[in-house]
Amino acid sequence: MHEPVIIKDSNVLDVEKVRKDFPILDTLVFGYPLVYLDNAATTQKPEAVLNAMNEYYHTINSNVHRGVHHLSQLATDAYELARKKIAEYIGAKHAHEIIYTRGTTEAINMVAAIFSRRYLKAGDSILVSGMEHHSNIVPWQMACEERGATLKVIPIDGNGELVLDGLDKLLSEEVKLVSVNYVSNALGTINPVRDIIRAAHRHGIPVMLDAAQAVQHMEVDVQELDVDFLAFSSHKIYGPTGFGVLYGKEEWLNALPPYQGGGEMIKTVSFEKTTYNDLPYKFEAGTPDIAGAIGLGAALDYVQTLGLPAIRQTEHNLMAYAQDALLEIEGLRMIGSSVNRAGVLSFLVGDIHPFDLGEILDKQGIAVRTGHHCAQPIMDLYCIPGTVRASLAFYNTPAEIDRLTAGIKRAVSLLG
Amino acid sequence: MTIKEQQDEIIADFELFGDWMDKYEYIIQLGKELPLIDSQYKIDENLIRGCQSKVWLHADYTGGIMTFTADSDAVITKGLVSLVIKVLSGHTPKEIVDADLYFIDAIGLSSHLSPTRSNGLLSMVKQIKMYALAYQAKSLQS
Repeated sequence: MHEPVIIKDSNVLDVEKVRKDFPILDTLVFGYPLVYLDNAATTQKPEAVLNAMNEYYHTINSNVHRGVHHLSQLATDAYELARKKIAEYIGAKHAHEIIYTRGTTEAINMVAAIFSRRYLKAGDSILVSGMEHHSNIVPWQMACEERGATLKVIPIDGNGELVLDGLDKLLSEEVKLVSVNYVSNALGTINPVRDIIRAAHRHGIPVMLDAAQAVQHMEVDVQELDVDFLAFSSHKIYGPTGFGVLYGKEEWLNALPPYQGGGEMIKTVSFEKTTYNDLPYKFEAGTPDIAGAIGLGAALDYVQTLGLPAIRQTEHNLMAYAQDALLEIEGLRMIGSSVNRAGVLSFLVGDIHPFDLGEILDKQGIAVRTGHHCAQPIMDLYCIPGTVRASLAFYNTPAEIDRLTAGIKRAVSLLG
Repeated sequence: MTIKEQQDEIIADFELFGDWMDKYEYIIQLGKELPLIDSQYKIDENLIRGCQSKVWLHADYTGGIMTFTADSDAVITKGLVSLVIKVLSGHTPKEIVDADLYFIDAIGLSSHLSPTRSNGLLSMVKQIKMYALAYQAKSLQS
C-alpha cells in the first residue's frame, strides 16, 4: 500500500455559499431536490463561467489571429489570456506549451498519433496501466497495431493500486512511452505518478499523464512532476464541454510532427511545400473553440478564487464522511480501497446489479453513474459487471450524502 | 387477448400507481413472474448485449405461434423484459412484426427504449422482431 497523503491545511469552503454559484444545483428531479454525484463524468458550471462565455458572444465574438479589425483583436486577446491562465494553473514554463484540444480524449489521440508516427516502430511497445480509461488504452492500441508495436500493462492489485514492483523490468528498451492516469476515474485511486515518471526517465522514456480526474481536486505542477505530456478536460473542472488541453514540454512539441493540417497551423502554403507555424499553432488547425477557451479560463479563475487547498480539504472531509456513511450500509462493499483517493467512491451492494441500484437512486433525484465507467479491464479484474459510482465535488454536502445512503437503503428494500 | 388489448391492460394497471416507487415495485414483481429461459438456452448465442445489463432471449415457434422466454442479470430489466414478453408472446410472427409497442411510452418508461440507455431492452425488442420476421419469411415460403 502507498503512504496516505496527510492534508495539513484545515481551511475549508463555505459550501452553502459556494452552492449559490451553481444555479443548476437548485433543480428538482422527479420532485426531489437534485443530488448531483456524477462529478467525475462532468462537473456543473458556476455562474462566472456561464457569464464569461455569454459575454464573449455578446460583446467580442470574432475569429482569432486573423482579422485586423478591433473585435478580432479583442477576441484574440481573450483567447490567448486563457492560454496563459491554463499555463499558470498547471505550472507550465511557457504558454505555448498549452495546446487546445476538444478534451482529454483528443489530446491523448493526438500524442498517440504523432508520437507513434515519429518514434514507434515494429517491436517497440507503449506502457499503460491496468486502471486506464478506454481513452488511454484504445488510442495507443490503435497506434501499436498500425506500427506492429505492443501494448504493455502495469498490473493493479485488489485494493485498486498499481503494482510498481516490476516497473523497472517493464521499462525495457522497447518501451517508447508510458501513459498512465493520475487519478482513476473508476476507483478514485491517486497514482504515485512521481515514482513512475522518475523510473521512466531513468530509462530515458517520456511519460504522458491523463490528468482528467486530477486537476480539479489537487495542485498539479507539470514542472515539479517533470512530466512530458499531460492532458485534461475543461468540463471536468467546471468549464464548458468539448474543450480541453494538451500540455507538452516545448522540446517534445517542437520535435513532433503536426497532427491535422489546415488553417492556422501553417506559416506558408504552396502546392510544393508547406511550412508549419510555431507552437502552439502548429497543432491547432482550423477555427478553434474560442468560447471554450475563455470558459475554461474563467473556470480556472473560479477554482483559484476558492483555492485548491480549501477545495481539497473540503472534498477530503466529505469523502471521509461519505465512506463512513456508505460502509454502514449492510452488504455494501467498496470497489477500490486505496488510502489515496480523490473524488470517487465506487461500490456494490450485495448481489444487486449496479444498473438496478442506479435506476432507483435516479428516481429519488440522486444522480450517480453505473456501469463499467469506460474502464472494462478493471471490471474484468474484479469479475463484476460494473459498479455504482458516486463522485464528489466541493459543492456537495453531508446532507446530500445522507440522501444517498437513505436512497440506497430504500433501493435495497425494494430490490433485495 | 390481442397485442393491443394486452398493452391497454398494462397501461390501465400502471395508472393505479401513485409514484415511481410503486411502479418499480410492480416491475420488479413482474420480473419474478417472467417465463424463465430454460438453462440450456441461457448461452452466449442467446445473449443480447446492452451496455449495462444482459438479457438472454429464446424464441420458440410451434403451430404458427411464437413463444418467448428470457432472463436478465438486472432485476428491473427483467421486469421490463417480462412486460414485453407478456405482450408479444403467444402471437403469430405477422402480428409481432406489425406490433406497435406504444405501452412502454404510455407507462412512462420510454427512456428505457432509448438507444443511449443501453440496458438491452431496445435490442431485445429488435431481436424479437427479427425472429418474427424470420419465421414470417419461412411460413410464406412453405
